[in-house]
Amino acid sequence: MTVIEARGLRKVFGTRVALDGVNLGVEEGRIVGLIGPNGAGKTTALHAILGLTPYQGELKVLGRDPWTERDQLMRDVCFIADVAVLPRWARVSHLLDYVSGVHPRFDRAKAESFLAKTDIRHASKVRELSKGMVTQLHLALVMAIDAKLLVLDEPTLGLDILYRKQFYYSLLNDYFDRGRTIVVTTHQVEDVQHVLTNLMFINRGRIVLNCSMEEFESRYLEVMVNPEQVAAARAFKPIHERQVLGRSVLLFDRVDRQQLAALGEVRTPSISDLFVAVMGNHAGAAQGAIQ
Amino acid sequence: MNTQSNAMPESLQDSQGIAPAVMSPTRPMYWSVRRELSENRSIYLAPLAAAGTTLLGFLISMIGLPHRMGGLSALHPAHQRESIALPYDIAASVMMATMILVTVFYCADALYGERRDRSILFWKSLPVSDLTTVLAKASIPFVVLPLLTFAITIALQVIMLLLNSAVLLASGMNVAMLWTQLSVIQMWLLLLYHLFTAHTLWPAPVYCWLLLVSGWARRATLLWAVLPIVAIAGVEKLVFQTSHFAALVGTRFIGDTPSVAFTPPDTFPMDPATHITRAGFLSTPDLWIGLVIAVGLLAAAVRLRRYQGPI
Repeated sequence: MTVIEARGLRKVFGTRVALDGVNLGVEEGRIVGLIGPNGAGKTTALHAILGLTPYQGELKVLGRDPWTERDQLMRDVCFIADVAVLPRWARVSHLLDYVSGVHPRFDRAKAESFLAKTDIRHASKVRELSKGMVTQLHLALVMAIDAKLLVLDEPTLGLDILYRKQFYYSLLNDYFDRGRTIVVTTHQVEDVQHVLTNLMFINRGRIVLNCSMEEFESRYLEVMVNPEQVAAARAFKPIHERQVLGRSVLLFDRVDRQQLAALGEVRTPSISDLFVAVMGNHAGAAQGAIQ
Repeated sequence: MNTQSNAMPESLQDSQGIAPAVMSPTRPMYWSVRRELSENRSIYLAPLAAAGTTLLGFLISMIGLPHRMGGLSALHPAHQRESIALPYDIAASVMMATMILVTVFYCADALYGERRDRSILFWKSLPVSDLTTVLAKASIPFVVLPLLTFAITIALQVIMLLLNSAVLLASGMNVAMLWTQLSVIQMWLLLLYHLFTAHTLWPAPVYCWLLLVSGWARRATLLWAVLPIVAIAGVEKLVFQTSHFAALVGTRFIGDTPSVAFTPPDTFPMDPATHITRAGFLSTPDLWIGLVIAVGLLAAAVRLRRYQGPI
């Protein structure tokens, strides 16, 4: 089942094109990372998916038009848009009451059992909680909702590594299953490398890479090449090259592993290295086009 | 941690097996109103504080009461009533003034606060429509505040009446005059009618205008609400040398309903009976024109909230 389907999704703010004809499809049971530099259109794309902003083009989320049917859609879709959007005046118990009051798929007992594992007390006000605890609270509320699609926009921004690890750990172990779909944007790509099933890069309002993690692992290989073999390695047309401690690290796209093994140590690149390579090439190509 | 994560898959299957809970359409509305009350505690704290202060003032005034009541019986019955009812009318007026103030400040912040603290991103992540949210917010000035003000005023006046009677009895005086002159039931019915006509339905366009501006302005909502009115009034004065627009907005705001023209303009009427609107109020076209404008402004506020995000 296709959870999100976009065709020619476009959004313009004044003269700035935030989304420039985005096509994408997200299948059920996936954890998709939407990765891109600042201002690439990540948040705009997510806001369109969540019915928070009008758009041009075709977009269906769980078969609904998000802009005109946001309130019905939110029965099956949940989101954490940015850290610390919980109302600061509210008590934890207020929020539990309110969400169980308005959400037909909210399981209060489940939210309370998540909260029991944290230091958050029911009588606490959101303003009294630390940033990490607010995120834990929001995650506890969201994970207790039996939603089909969960959208996370920079959910761990500004949190320390312990909270970040725990966040994704809870998400994978206590929430995710094959019936659910998660879309996440983050700049902390190393946190999600082993969480994602699918990877999308977005730049200048366009999707520049869209692959599954299996495809990512089989397609992209990184080789730490000995100095004397650099020329031979460059013959395989690396998409990116960088220097680490006096040795060259070359990143290849669709080059046979056996051939590369002769040149040096072969390994799967990190998402961030691929990101730098793809974005660098993309920016170069765009500049070339301007010139 | 382990026991919890082991238990999860079962409970997930359970919850997927059952049909999604059917939810009554009034529940989101009820909870949205509850949200407003816990977000804006001044809705009930301000009237309670005003009632408390009034009661304190009344207690102090009790000191000279037996002496004043003694002199009353010599007066003409009409003046007797005036003199006995005065503290009760003052109490009602204080409560009404409080209600107007709370309403204005509430409306000016209603759709602004959630954008300023970015919590709109949380509220919009739940299955509550913009219509429900805006109507819940509008229900504060149109339903909650008048009823609450009415209830607190009655409670206040009952306490005053009991205190009054106790002081009179203790000083060996007759309480009958107090009870016969006040005619409490009539006083309360008039109060209820007055609250809903002069201070709710009549100024409806003003309140809805404030709600709309609070959903639009990026800062200083009250300033943006007042500025266009001052500008229009100024232009009118310059071009036509008239001030109809300012007078129109002014009468709407103060609750000066069309049928109370007999109130002398330089005195603030204390007795609810003097500025009670007549039954004909409900059939005046001015009222209905105002209500149509109010509904239009509210519809614009609903539409606007769809487009608005955090600021």
